[in-house]
Amino acid sequence: MTEIFGVPVSLLLGQLLLGLLNGTTYAMLSLGLAVIFGLMDEVNFAHGAFFMMGAMFAWMGGQYFHLSFWWMLLLAPLLVGLVGLLVERLMLRRLRGMDPIYGLLLTFGLALLIEGLFRTFFGVSGSPYNPPELLSGVLNLGFMYLPLYYVFAMVASVVVCFGTWLLIERTKLGSYLRAGTENPSLVQAFGINFPLLVMLTFAFGSALAGLAGVLSAPIVQVSPLMGSNLIIVVFAIVVIGGMGSVMGAIVSGLALGVIEALAKVVYAPISSTVVFILMAVVLTVRPAGLFGKEK
Amino acid sequence: MKFRHVALAAVLTLGFATAAQAQVKGPVKIGFITDMSGVYSSLDGPGGTAAIKMAIHDFGGSVLGRKIELVTFDHQSKADLAAAKAKEFFSQDGVDMLIGGTNSGAMLAIEPLAAQYKKPFIVIGAGASTIVGKQCNGYTSLYAYNTTALARVTAGAVIKHGGRSWYFLTADYAFGKALEVDATKVVEADGGKVLGHVMAPLGASNFSSYMLQAQASGADVLALANAGGDAANSIKQATQFGVTKKMKLAGLLLFITDIHSVGLPAAQGLYLTAPWYWNLNAESRAWSKRFYAQMNAMPSFSQAGDYSAALSYLKAVKAAGTTDGAKVMAELHKMKVNDMFIHNGSMRPSGLMIHDMYLMQVKTPAESKEPWDYYNVVQTVPGNEAFGPAAAYGCPLDK
Repeated sequence: MTEIFGVPVSLLLGQLLLGLLNGTTYAMLSLGLAVIFGLMDEVNFAHGAFFMMGAMFAWMGGQYFHLSFWWMLLLAPLLVGLVGLLVERLMLRRLRGMDPIYGLLLTFGLALLIEGLFRTFFGVSGSPYNPPELLSGVLNLGFMYLPLYYVFAMVASVVVCFGTWLLIERTKLGSYLRAGTENPSLVQAFGINFPLLVMLTFAFGSALAGLAGVLSAPIVQVSPLMGSNLIIVVFAIVVIGGMGSVMGAIVSGLALGVIEALAKVVYAPISSTVVFILMAVVLTVRPAGLFGKEK
Repeated sequence: MKFRHVALAAVLTLGFATAAQAQVKGPVKIGFITDMSGVYSSLDGPGGTAAIKMAIHDFGGSVLGRKIELVTFDHQSKADLAAAKAKEFFSQDGVDMLIGGTNSGAMLAIEPLAAQYKKPFIVIGAGASTIVGKQCNGYTSLYAYNTTALARVTAGAVIKHGGRSWYFLTADYAFGKALEVDATKVVEADGGKVLGHVMAPLGASNFSSYMLQAQASGADVLALANAGGDAANSIKQATQFGVTKKMKLAGLLLFITDIHSVGLPAAQGLYLTAPWYWNLNAESRAWSKRFYAQMNAMPSFSQAGDYSAALSYLKAVKAAGTTDGAKVMAELHKMKVNDMFIHNGSMRPSGLMIHDMYLMQVKTPAESKEPWDYYNVVQTVPGNEAFGPAAAYGCPLDK
């Protein structure tokens, strides 16, 4: 299993492509986390639960209201964003100025609660969620057959990631955000409604997780546990990229997906731990992460 | 404070009193431990519970003048949970016999407890042959099927139809490994070759990277040594990723509920082995219709097996005139079983129930005349031929 040169090129290319796809999911999730952390210094442990809710909402929309994938692609992130908004407004805001550990505990508790609720109603078994008719075809790439939906999910995630980056780095709203990260009280002194900004940012980060959930739904089984399986990896990616760094989150998300895929080809058993090995290495060499600034 | 102590003492005493009474005159209790909510829940789970209740109802609701009761537990495919609950069932709840559902890992963990508490333990949903191998104990029965029979019948048929080189996609736990080992033996004995395997965790849900590995192996056959939701997902994704364009799929353990969730367009032509099919004969059809009325799905063979196991146990209790584990087991070993589920059944000393197995082929969408009409019965394989010689299992009781 360890030979590198014995691996057929088609297998390598195929795995890399799938790795890149996983990478876009990672990127979108770590992006949401990074945006929230950047502005609020808040580690949102409920992020995995928001991801799961996005997927479950998509499934529920189809199951109970016969809403198509496209409708749910729009509605599910909005709903998850709304949940995020309420969480910030009603709970997290009360913890501002306190030790971040309180926020961490709150969101962790919320994650357990949300997952528990969904488990009670839907069990732990996955339900299949089919891709829309339009994207149910298969693409023949020569070295592999790739379901059309995978291409769509990959492109959509990349567009959203870089759109977010542009929003934060290149617009006025983004500049408020970045200023708020540096010095909240000064920003407020300039007449910007900072609490509103924080609330919307948290909602936006949550919506990103929800969107990642909807996009993942047709690829993996929709299940109440899908978030908790993924979130630990995503946290490691955020640490590797640098807490709060938007570009760091996107790049390390994509890179880690590819590295995982390579590991699968070279030595399969290590593919699920390679992220954590890298995290340990990065923490020793650059404690602030690859793209993070020392504070 | 004092009042609380008194109250507590009163409650405890009352509790013990009723427990003691239960041992003398209470109901005959059947336990059922299976996956009620995970990847294997649709093929057994709540449907299995319904089937056992049907058996209790059909038996008249009581035996030896005692009411028959059913207690169930969701092991969530966790072996430690399964074993802990089985222990509680046997030692505290007065459960007289246990029907074991899906997940071989969980069932192997329960098995020693059955011997320790001397209670009959009939395994239906799980199929690792090792259950009646070296660790057989006289109280455990593997009743519906096992990995050896699946491998012998299905692998034999696929090789006969030209699949010479094999690649395995294996569920990474006791059952998957047992199935792969058994199938490898058959493939090699028949002159075929195994080119490699890839292990996927239970409930992996995304099999795409495994599919690429299977494709790269260049084998004729992709053998799915997994089950339930995992098997259904692998078949779907094998079609999506074009695996089926060059390779033949061999589903080593497929339940009708899996075929239902995959759909005939993707599953057509697959060979599979099963001990039972709802549309096998008039008797099975009549029973399945009753089941359908309750569950809104046709029964899988494990659900039908749950029914038959409960019924056989109750018959044995009646014949033995007691619920004493050893005596009931002796009766079960003596019995010839022929019911809605088992045809020409008799139990080996190891606890393995030997009975006819069926080689099926999944129908094409055009052949299917009604909902759930999925299989053509290709061949009836007599029990001894399907399950193979006793010596191969290595159970000391067989000698």
